[in-house]
Amino acid sequence: MFFTYIYRELRRRHRQALFTALGLAVGVGLVVAVTAYAGGVSDAQNTVLHSLYGVGTDITVSQTAKLGEGGPQSFGMQPSDDSQRGKKFKRDAITASPGQQSLAASKVDTITGLKGVDAATGSLSLSSIHVEGKFAEMSGGSAAQPAAGATPQAAPSQAPINVSSFSISGVDVTDLELGPLSSGEVTTGRSFTSSEANAKVALVTKAYAKQNSLAVGDVKKISGIKFEIVGIVTLPSGSTSSDLYIPLARAQKLSDNKNKVNQIYVRADSAESIAAVKKEIKTTLPKATVTTAQDLADQVSGSLASASSLADRLGKWLAIAALVAAFLVASLLTVSAVSRRVREFGTLKALGWKSRRIVGQVLGESVVTGLAGGVIGVVLGIAGARLITAFSPDLKATMGNAAQTGPGASPGGGMMEAMGNAAQTVTVQLSAPISLNLVLLAVGLALAGGLLAGALGGWRASRLRPADALSRLD
Amino acid sequence: MTVTTMRTLEEDSMLYDLTGVTKRYTQGRKTIDALAGIDLRIAEGEFLVIQGSTGSGKTTLLQMLGALDRPTSGSLIYEGRDVAKLGEGDLTELRSHSYGFVFQSFNLIPTLTAQENVETALVPWHVGGEERRRRAQEALAGVSLADRARHIPSELSGGEQQRVAIARALVREPKVILADEPTGNLDERTRDDIIGLLEELWRERGQTLIVVSHDTWVAGRASRRIWLDAGKLDAPPADDRPVEEADTETVRDAALQV
Repeated sequence: MFFTYIYRELRRRHRQALFTALGLAVGVGLVVAVTAYAGGVSDAQNTVLHSLYGVGTDITVSQTAKLGEGGPQSFGMQPSDDSQRGKKFKRDAITASPGQQSLAASKVDTITGLKGVDAATGSLSLSSIHVEGKFAEMSGGSAAQPAAGATPQAAPSQAPINVSSFSISGVDVTDLELGPLSSGEVTTGRSFTSSEANAKVALVTKAYAKQNSLAVGDVKKISGIKFEIVGIVTLPSGSTSSDLYIPLARAQKLSDNKNKVNQIYVRADSAESIAAVKKEIKTTLPKATVTTAQDLADQVSGSLASASSLADRLGKWLAIAALVAAFLVASLLTVSAVSRRVREFGTLKALGWKSRRIVGQVLGESVVTGLAGGVIGVVLGIAGARLITAFSPDLKATMGNAAQTGPGASPGGGMMEAMGNAAQTVTVQLSAPISLNLVLLAVGLALAGGLLAGALGGWRASRLRPADALSRLD
Repeated sequence: MTVTTMRTLEEDSMLYDLTGVTKRYTQGRKTIDALAGIDLRIAEGEFLVIQGSTGSGKTTLLQMLGALDRPTSGSLIYEGRDVAKLGEGDLTELRSHSYGFVFQSFNLIPTLTAQENVETALVPWHVGGEERRRRAQEALAGVSLADRARHIPSELSGGEQQRVAIARALVREPKVILADEPTGNLDERTRDDIIGLLEELWRERGQTLIVVSHDTWVAGRASRRIWLDAGKLDAPPADDRPVEEADTETVRDAALQV
């Protein structure tokens, strides 16, 4: 009887039921599409952040160099005495990356010991500059004077001076899950093993290998020391990768930075503790630049950032407004339908139907309408999400510009500086993924709308007097 | 003045005993005394017709007798229980067990078939589906509508709809059938048919039949009739009886001639 009655009643009022269901469907469909879209934007941001930052890294720590510290200094291109004039020279300079001050490696252990930290690892990024050429000859009457200036341009009469540079990262081979190589993929050869902490082995990025015709098994000389290339590594596009990766201890020796690192990668034990961990690191290392993924996300500009703010501002409110409107319409229609059925419910009460049985009947009708709305809404939402995926243009995320031009931008140093210099642009395809949870949420919302409308209608019905069945008061 | 024609019945067989029953409605600042002190006793098995002009309170009295509403004051004893003092739950319980209602506008659920409409009366009893359908079919057969069981009200004539309503009232075999202007929306021929049916069922089953009607022909069929005026019991107007009797004669003659 219960279901027959619901079915018959909804069939009789099918237009109104369909209208209510469609109203709920539009609200729910918007929630699904907007949530899927926001999820897609969030995924895209993660893609960007991972490529810029490394998978699994929550926080990076570095320290800004003081003025004049770090970076290339003298290359010794001036001949020290006249006898050197006209002779060939070759120089290798390995220095820590410009703008970054080294930190004691013990700080890694300090950070690892902090509350909320799951793991921390240090790396040392270096620049290697190789200069090769001939010292300037005597020119004119200034024989006693060394060639003026230290740059090749200052000695235009000389044979060309070749300058080649590449970047090196020293990585902790015992924890490759965290740090600069975490988002990399070894495409040829192998990665480091944990026993290679001090080995003369290197990984080369695919791009650098191609450029310099290097293959697995080849030897690369760094500052005169031979390193065997054991693998070719590919890093996500747009990432701030070095050209070569060698064990940390080797990098420290090469650059005379024993027990020093200039970048610490931290993984928090949960997403919620990241902010607290950042604060703790700040307290422990007051001079350090501590950067979280969120800080980086805030620095992302370009169409991805616009998409993100669109989802956040417009989409969310649009969906909420549509949902509220749908709930209101459903409630009003249900209450007005109950008002038109005064005699019907009065009769049932006169027949001895309990109020709660009548409320149940009204609720049942609304819940079925709500469920129908939910199902239609999910279909609409999925269709909307598909459209977004199909027609959305590639989104571009630009890192660094904001940091350079924004008011109060950091004067440099650390990872932000590296990114600022690089002004990375990453292109990602936006998709709007729909999860089972989202579908359940949608149906749940429509059901809640139905329940709300049914509860209001039921409340109205329960207040009817059985005497209303006899419509006249005479 | 109170009508006292049935006072000869035994005290024990009294089904209803109303003393000083009033019903006051408040609409804004206006108060209406729909019933202004009714003293009335109704015996089991009576066919009582309540007459009165529009606004005299006859439907309100029927509501009180059917436990659809409680009196504002006075006592309304039904089978030894004062309905005026019952809570909402007890009133619902009483309605589902003791009374069968027949309304002027039939009050069938428009979306349900004739049979399902009859079944609605068994819902409060939590009767199983199979049993419910069987009893509903029997009740419909009792009003000669077995073949219309699957029709919805809009597919039935007014007389057929009222028969469905009577089947719905009878399916629980209640002690009292309360009918509010059951022929008010019907043509004369159908009226005779419906009243004939109610009368026949009343004779067969010995239920108490209380009918509100301003139709003197209907009143003429009753075992007793009372007249309401401005919420009080009154003697019938002077011109009532002759008209009604003449009316009844005419109908009987007409029936004989057919």
